[in-house]
Amino acid sequence: MSKAAGSPKVADLNDLLAVAYQIEIDAVERYNLLADQMETHNNPELVKVFRDLARAENIHGEEIRRLAGDFDVAAHARQIAKFERSESPEQADLGSAHYLMTPWHALQLSLAGEERALAYFTSIVETAKDPKVKNMAAELVEEEAEHVNLVHRLLRRYPQPSESWAEDLDPPVSQE
Amino acid sequence: MSTVDTRLARKPAEYKSDIKPIWCPGCGDYHVLMSFTRAFAQLGLPPEQIVVVSGIGCSSRIPAYTNCYGFHGVHGRSLALAAGLKVTRPDLTVVVASGDGDGYSIGGNHFLHACRRNIDMTYVVMDNRIYGMTKGQPSPTTEPEFDTALSPGGTRVRPFHPLVVALASGANFIARCFSGEPNETAAVLVEAIKHPGFSFIEILSPCVTFRPDEKSWKDLVHPAPVTATTDPGKAARRIMTDDGFNLGILYRGNREPFQPAIGATGVDLSELEKDFEL
Repeated sequence: MSKAAGSPKVADLNDLLAVAYQIEIDAVERYNLLADQMETHNNPELVKVFRDLARAENIHGEEIRRLAGDFDVAAHARQIAKFERSESPEQADLGSAHYLMTPWHALQLSLAGEERALAYFTSIVETAKDPKVKNMAAELVEEEAEHVNLVHRLLRRYPQPSESWAEDLDPPVSQE
Repeated sequence: MSTVDTRLARKPAEYKSDIKPIWCPGCGDYHVLMSFTRAFAQLGLPPEQIVVVSGIGCSSRIPAYTNCYGFHGVHGRSLALAAGLKVTRPDLTVVVASGDGDGYSIGGNHFLHACRRNIDMTYVVMDNRIYGMTKGQPSPTTEPEFDTALSPGGTRVRPFHPLVVALASGANFIARCFSGEPNETAAVLVEAIKHPGFSFIEILSPCVTFRPDEKSWKDLVHPAPVTATTDPGKAARRIMTDDGFNLGILYRGNREPFQPAIGATGVDLSELEKDFEL
């Protein structure tokens, strides 16, 4: 059994799959919310980036659903996969969003999420007693490590923007 | 609050409307909306049994983003609207949303008397210490040294202390939350809604556009090191002396909520009407 502070209890393989599924679905929801924000604030490049990230996470979620076979992983996730004292690991930090953010920033958010997920599944590997849970968690660690590498590769395409990236020649701030 | 059917597992998404929020990206109010929907789902309340009432300001846009009944009311008058609604429809769960300008300045007087009356509803103030919608004027909770073109040299006026005012005025449940911790905020909201009487939650919700300095709040907030007290004297000392970033339920009172009888009063109005006859 594994239970990090405020994380859902993972007692068996079904629990682990449910939590892994929920982590991906939470990430989908968050990326779509960020895409909506960018749509509202007319940053079409970022709309595309966040929608692409949402699609990628959705594919990961579906892969976990397939792994679970006949077991209804989504229903079980609704029952047990609640992160009580923190956000779900792969959810991008909403507070870091900015209407002028660039793909580099979006990928930084994504990288941080993948690294949190990697750390989360690593903690399960380290603490799980059930060998099935341990083995599946180890697979998920490998998967997340690959996602981290993928984001690093994508970041090579999008170099860090200059320090003036947030400079707006027609800013919403009218007081100064 | 209205009766909760815990057998129904609801999802936060069921409480979201199709309208996309237009808050600035990075705004704390997105998290507050999330806390609302998570709390409603945890309570298992049907959306049609919840009413979200608000006044005017960025935070007061929140009813439109939920799938519950909503009333986007008059500036500073959300509590008056909500009080009228709750006394006539006590079966509904009433949650009132406001900001520091709407709630403490324009609606300051209603705040005092809502606490005093102790009607069974939950009042959430998203405090960003600025008037964001009107582009950055100081609010009652703005620090005295906040120096901008709209407040040159700062206001030099002592900020309002909402939690102390709420306690002194009779609020029956007092808590402070941080928008960046939506799960914790949802948990406090659940407790506030379940607690009888007037529950007040101050949510520190950064304004990233006019107060980018408030991004540092995430490093300043910390859980209250003590559990909620039922003793108002103890609560007063704690709230008065904390650093303003102490999070959690700080006071749980046990006053009886105010709920006037509805319907026939038993008073013979014909006698009263006689007094007004010309």
